[in-house]
Amino acid sequence: MATAGVKEYIVRTKDLTKEFILGGTVLRALDSVQLDIRRGEYISIMGPSGSGKSTLFNMIGGLDKPTQGSVFIDETDMAQLDAFELAWLRCRKIGYIFQTFNLIPVMTALENVTLPMIFAGTPTDDAMSKGMKLLQKVGLGDRYHHKPSELSGGQQQRVAIARALANDPGIILADEPTGNLDLKTGKEIITLLKQMNTEQGVTIISATHDLKMIDVSDRVVWIRDGRIERIEERSEIQLRVGEMEGEPV
Amino acid sequence: MPRASTEESGIERQIMLPWRQSLLMSKQNIFVRLGRAVITASGIFLGIAFLSSVLTSSAILSGQGELPPELQARNAWLVVMSLLVATLGIVNSMLMSVTERYKEIGTMKCLGALDTFIVRLFLIESAMLGLIGAALGALVGSGVICLVYLVGKGPAAFRHVGQAVIGGGLQLPLTLSLVLAVLLGGLLAILAAIYPAWRAAKMPPAAALRSEI
Repeated sequence: MATAGVKEYIVRTKDLTKEFILGGTVLRALDSVQLDIRRGEYISIMGPSGSGKSTLFNMIGGLDKPTQGSVFIDETDMAQLDAFELAWLRCRKIGYIFQTFNLIPVMTALENVTLPMIFAGTPTDDAMSKGMKLLQKVGLGDRYHHKPSELSGGQQQRVAIARALANDPGIILADEPTGNLDLKTGKEIITLLKQMNTEQGVTIISATHDLKMIDVSDRVVWIRDGRIERIEERSEIQLRVGEMEGEPV
Repeated sequence: MPRASTEESGIERQIMLPWRQSLLMSKQNIFVRLGRAVITASGIFLGIAFLSSVLTSSAILSGQGELPPELQARNAWLVVMSLLVATLGIVNSMLMSVTERYKEIGTMKCLGALDTFIVRLFLIESAMLGLIGAALGALVGSGVICLVYLVGKGPAAFRHVGQAVIGGGLQLPLTLSLVLAVLLGGLLAILAAIYPAWRAAKMPPAAALRSEI
């Protein structure tokens, strides 16, 4: 958990509202969402598709601008940042993982992992050796020269996790990280994320409707129709995990 | 104070993409998507080949005596047409190649790329394609016309090669005009890429990532 002197909350949202205009009607994807996320926490944002969890993901990651309200990363109001500071924040403070992996198709696994480090100004040799270490850590040390198209879905997601960790971010944002993976591979990815969470203390925020996620989460935020329905702490969840684990392994 | 958090890490606050790296990335993009690159380059290739053939034939003809004014006017018209063909060809293919990479652009921005990185990568790529396409176009366009005259009139056609007629009374030595045509091809390619690249770079990452093509 947080060491002394470090602010307790790494992410805070205040009255976060996002509206989309679809065919002339206003659709409220997020409605005054208040959410405080502690440093080092593994938090799952659960909800059916269309509930607004991906929108929340985009807002927290600074990938889209809220209609109203604000997002604070380390007590920094993201709306106050200029384009350069926002790019810096995305580069160094946040690692992103997507349902569709989103690796750069023309680059090898190693090049994908080193790209954020190059943006951050890391010398090439250092970036290479750190990239290799990260790939070994996610179990792909021998596949560094493969292109994404030569890797399986699970392997691509491992590369994406290595890439997300490249600049030692405080936060990893994962949008449906297991959505395109089979049950077993999905479990492996969840285990890997949890491992990064406990070993490196990185805060993991995952938008998902994969119930396997609940098992490793410190807190689960249930979201419905753009509002937070309820937030469950680890202790409350534990009692119910047994019921959820109905799937064959 | 909003900046406090970004300074606590003690690392210099910078975001960068060195030129060497940009060149490597652009080159990689061309070679990995070779089919795509060939289509883009062929737009400029055809335009510059057309232009070079017009320039070469005017140089050969003017070597055999002053070109009559109506032929000069026609020549100027052909030069303008060939430039239009080249510009439209490359704008179209650049728009396509940027649009199909929206997702990649969104991803790069998530990793910390500035808008200028995206624009720069696309401009380098299109300049490379433009120059290669234009150089090949000048060779082929000029070569084909030379071949036509060689077959039609024999080596005598090249005894007096005059200056290329651009139009409006402007004449240039043939080689210089061909070199200029190649540079023009590169320039057109860059100009044509600016708008789509800039538009793609300006998109919020969330919108770029959502796009499915």
